[in-house]
Amino acid sequence: MAKLTYREAVRAAMREAMAADPRVFLMGEDVGRHGGAFAVSMGLLEEFGPERIRDTPLMESTFVGAGIGAAVGGMRPIVEVMTINFSLLALDQIVNTAAALRHMSGGQFSVPLVVRMASGGGRGLAAQHSHSLEGWFAHVPGIKVATPATVADAKGLLLAALADPDPVLVFEHATLYPLEGEDADDTPMALGRAAVRRAGEDVTLVAYGASVHKALAAAAALAAEEISAEVLDLRTLRPLDVEAIVSSVARTHRAVVVDEMWRTGSFAGEVAATIMEQAFDELDAPVARVASAEVPMPYAKPLEDAALPSAEQIAAAARALF
Amino acid sequence: MSLERPPPHRAALEREHAHELLRQMLLIRRFEERTEELYAAGKIRGFLHLYIGEEAIAVGAMQSLAEEDAIVATYREHGHALARGVPAGAVMAEMYGKANGCSRGRGGSMHMFDGSRRFYGGHAIVAGGIPFAVGLALADKMQGRRHVTACFFGEGAMAEGEFHESMNLAALWRLPVLFLCENNLYAISTPLAAQESEPELHLKAHAYRVPSEAVDGMDVYAVETAVARAAAAVRRGDGPYFLELRTYRFRGHSMGDPQRYRAKEEIAEWEKRGPIVQFVDRLRRDGLLDDATLAAIERDVADEVAWSVEEAEGGPWEPVEDLEKDVYTPADG
Repeated sequence: MAKLTYREAVRAAMREAMAADPRVFLMGEDVGRHGGAFAVSMGLLEEFGPERIRDTPLMESTFVGAGIGAAVGGMRPIVEVMTINFSLLALDQIVNTAAALRHMSGGQFSVPLVVRMASGGGRGLAAQHSHSLEGWFAHVPGIKVATPATVADAKGLLLAALADPDPVLVFEHATLYPLEGEDADDTPMALGRAAVRRAGEDVTLVAYGASVHKALAAAAALAAEEISAEVLDLRTLRPLDVEAIVSSVARTHRAVVVDEMWRTGSFAGEVAATIMEQAFDELDAPVARVASAEVPMPYAKPLEDAALPSAEQIAAAARALF
Repeated sequence: MSLERPPPHRAALEREHAHELLRQMLLIRRFEERTEELYAAGKIRGFLHLYIGEEAIAVGAMQSLAEEDAIVATYREHGHALARGVPAGAVMAEMYGKANGCSRGRGGSMHMFDGSRRFYGGHAIVAGGIPFAVGLALADKMQGRRHVTACFFGEGAMAEGEFHESMNLAALWRLPVLFLCENNLYAISTPLAAQESEPELHLKAHAYRVPSEAVDGMDVYAVETAVARAAAAVRRGDGPYFLELRTYRFRGHSMGDPQRYRAKEEIAEWEKRGPIVQFVDRLRRDGLLDDATLAAIERDVADEVAWSVEEAEGGPWEPVEDLEKDVYTPADG
């Protein structure tokens, strides 16, 4: 299988979808002339032209809302929101319209919309460009939430999102764009299936997005101490693969949930509660959480590093369960 | 007040057409008067925003829009739904929350939808439906369909950022959107003068290079004519068009509004030139309406309202077991 970067994988998925389906188009800030703030859509304007690669003015709420209308009108829009923090300007459209329309119309309208955005910290972008709020969106019935951690998933989950009849938000962790890995094979991926990235027997490290790589590093460190850690990549937060979580914990009897959201109200809390409800008797220790520190993201590197979950914290949390 | 003549191409059918306009306005009026009673009786719950006083806008506008055009409206949309041809029974049943309602009882008064008539709601976040309308128009344009998306909103929406963003985007991309502002002078309690630094709302369109007009929204012919002209421009591919339709809401913002923000005399003054009384006077003056015809129209409307209540009363509830239905699209589409 060919090697490519996460960024190239997202681009490849968009290119493939646009070539296959004339209803698919991309719009957002700087996606055309500039090739995207993270260079994800580089070259697509030249390939597909300005009708299908649409630079929008700065109006997150309106271009997301227009994406909803275009989806209902028979198109398959991909809307790029530059970063997750900017998506808050479009929260109304996502929650009050995209998520609700099908239900409040009595099932008359589906919204086949894909909204992509860069998320997460670690790049020195401070308090207004670095957050992880995926769990806020995963809270909302009517939308689906994908958080690809690997190169193959960056492509495969985006294609799955585009094939889905309902609105799907795809969170691309910004530190992953340069990640190299193997391309997806041609098997269509499903939303709602977690993946075991490393098999283990003693503790399950549940993670998603960039945290999966930190969990893998932690698992490698724990292996040297003869603790066999399983790494479960959630891949989508909604639908959540509860069965995969429960079956892994039933094998390992311990769980550490890793999440780049702030601890209070984090998605990790939802996972921990699910384990408590459905696998309580399997647990040999309380479920542990490793999440971001309760602080707007600081700029200085030592502070930012301290604010984010680390492989060391994950390993320490796992050790403490024994 | 001067009233425009009906468009000449309709002259031969003037009488019949006039009666139909009157019937539709009266249907909305009598339908909503009945909903007031049903609300008081506890049959209708939640919020209930009445359109009484503004009927000439929905009725006039719908005459000039085609079946293939799309309609996006607000939470004050009973009149638009009825004027678009959504059966009164489906609208009333929706207010009852019944499964034979036009949104299967999931939406209620504020969320009426009918895909078969391209009636896209029923949006209850002020200005929230405007970007949606822009998107529908974008889809039409990208797919080569020469349709118009007519987007209704109140003047309160014009203080929201989404209105301005949407005007800008529709103008930049020359999208076929007809912006229809129903200026009823109050955003709940706040009068226009306290909402807008430029109260001549139609002038705001100039900032986006969108053609605009102010129209007497109490005159059903004036609305019909202006919307026909504007829709024709939009359909030609000239880009968006903006109409400020000046009107007045005779009831409170929603049921139970004590209306401390305006004088009874002001309401009475507007009621004197309400869209129905004004139209009836005119038709009588022009020899197009007699007492017997008016009585027949009232009877016809009363029957339709009574039928709508029967539909709602007799309609089934959506089973509670189906609570989580229609959150996502089922696998079979």
